[in-house]
Amino acid sequence: MNFYLLSLIKAAVVAAALMTTLAYLQWVERKVIAHIQLRMGPYRVGPHGLLQPIADVIKLLTKEDLIPGHVNKLIYLMAPFLAVSLALISISIIPFGPEIDVFGIQTYMQLTDLNIGVLFLLAISSVSVYAIALAGWASNNKYALLGSLRAAAQMISYELPLGIALAAPLLMAGSLSLREIVDAQGGYFFGVIPNWFVFQLPAPQVFGFVIFLIAAFAETNRIPFDLPEAENELVAGFHTEYSSLKFASFFMAEYANMITITAITTTMFLGGWHPIFPVEYGSAFAPTAIFGLAGVMAAYHAMHTIRRRDRFTLPGVAVALLGIALLFLVPMVQTWLLPLFWFLAKTGSLLFLFIWVRGTMPRFRYDQLMRFAWTFLFPVSVVNLFATAFLVAVFGS
Amino acid sequence: MDTLLFFTFAAIAVLCGISVVVQTHPIKSAISLIGVMGSLAVLYLLLGAEFIAATQVVVYAGAVMVLFIFVIMLLNAESEPKGGRSWPAKLMGIPLLVILLGLLSYVIQIWNPDPQEVSFGSFTGGGPREIGEALFTEYLLPFEVTSVLILVAILGAVVLAGGGGKESER
Repeated sequence: MNFYLLSLIKAAVVAAALMTTLAYLQWVERKVIAHIQLRMGPYRVGPHGLLQPIADVIKLLTKEDLIPGHVNKLIYLMAPFLAVSLALISISIIPFGPEIDVFGIQTYMQLTDLNIGVLFLLAISSVSVYAIALAGWASNNKYALLGSLRAAAQMISYELPLGIALAAPLLMAGSLSLREIVDAQGGYFFGVIPNWFVFQLPAPQVFGFVIFLIAAFAETNRIPFDLPEAENELVAGFHTEYSSLKFASFFMAEYANMITITAITTTMFLGGWHPIFPVEYGSAFAPTAIFGLAGVMAAYHAMHTIRRRDRFTLPGVAVALLGIALLFLVPMVQTWLLPLFWFLAKTGSLLFLFIWVRGTMPRFRYDQLMRFAWTFLFPVSVVNLFATAFLVAVFGS
Repeated sequence: MDTLLFFTFAAIAVLCGISVVVQTHPIKSAISLIGVMGSLAVLYLLLGAEFIAATQVVVYAGAVMVLFIFVIMLLNAESEPKGGRSWPAKLMGIPLLVILLGLLSYVIQIWNPDPQEVSFGSFTGGGPREIGEALFTEYLLPFEVTSVLILVAILGAVVLAGGGGKESER
């Protein structure tokens, strides 16, 4: 099949999936935080607020697009564009699965595989500071400027432990290509424990994983590191002066960065699309069991309802879930659905962790944030790198 | 395709380079400089030196320029006024430039009398593995000396910024 056509189709699928996840991640976040705080969350638009993201998109699109008179126009307009485009680029090198065969076409479940993959990620993440820095500067507003200065300092500081934590698994993989990194994490030792870099001998990257995760929170400006938009100090930080779609693009960029960084964590530390336990113990049937159980639960509740309308909606949900469960048993679809399931399960768990932390942690003070990065996280990541290098050199990878 | 990309990004690099000099506001000059570095990275990619291209973006466009912009934002630098040039500068500028370019092309011609066409992608030693091997075998000594030099520079910056450790301790 034509290379261009194939790439276009893959890019369209990934982009559509990413955009939908982006919109619904925000719904998930609001719901999860609401339940943590014993509220219901969005409930009015659609069943369980499921149409809320669409309503939000329409609202943001139709708001008045305001350009304040005191801004530096060119840079003010460039910043949100930069933010969103840089946030969407990195997803292109994430491997979602192995080489698959769809209707006789051999292709990898990955947009492109670069031999400098990890460096590419670091390059994109180091350039994406500009979007926030320039947005705050061009707004010509002291709160926005303070927010963007904080963001720039924070992202530069946390990029160091992030990059060094990332270097340790690279020593074990011996490659910068994300596809080869995932391939190096296949298999199991003692027959059960997965060979992911978090567990892999000779140097399990437990510390590296935790350091990377903490730095990832800071890189995406999430609580407890969301000082750039600390609303009780800085109004809204760097995007104070932005409205309508330009505000939405900063919002999109934040969630896209979150998805990308969790996908990278999955790829680098949690074995990418490799299942959590071997096929001999029936890992191929795990998704069927999970979705099947959910379907059975829904069917059970459909028989014991309090509200009348649940008698009609819950069986529908049950049928849908059981249908998905059965889909995982079809051999033709199974080959690409199973890796995708494991990849999405790991990424989704990490995304849930991001939201969970937001619901439970208070915000750092700014000097605490900086001291934590330079006096704790950075030395620990360097020690981790040296220990890994020593173990790999002595025992081989 | 390669030629088209080369000319596009070479043109962007040159335009951004001119813009660095012409812009009166320091932030706009800095952004133009980022443009120059980004398009240079693409040119490196076209030549087949993907590692250099990535490092170019990580180090120059990422780290160095972020610090520049950070400092400019902190100092809140205003646009520079366009000062009038002195009359010898106005008079001699263009003739001197022509003479300089003429001399340069003459020297290059003598230095490299048999020029060959550059072909894209013919260079294959640009991957991370090849560069790593070269750095840690053939060029080990220069590499280590450079890193020590950078370390000395960092220590010097720390000492200078600290303003004399003993005084601050008291």
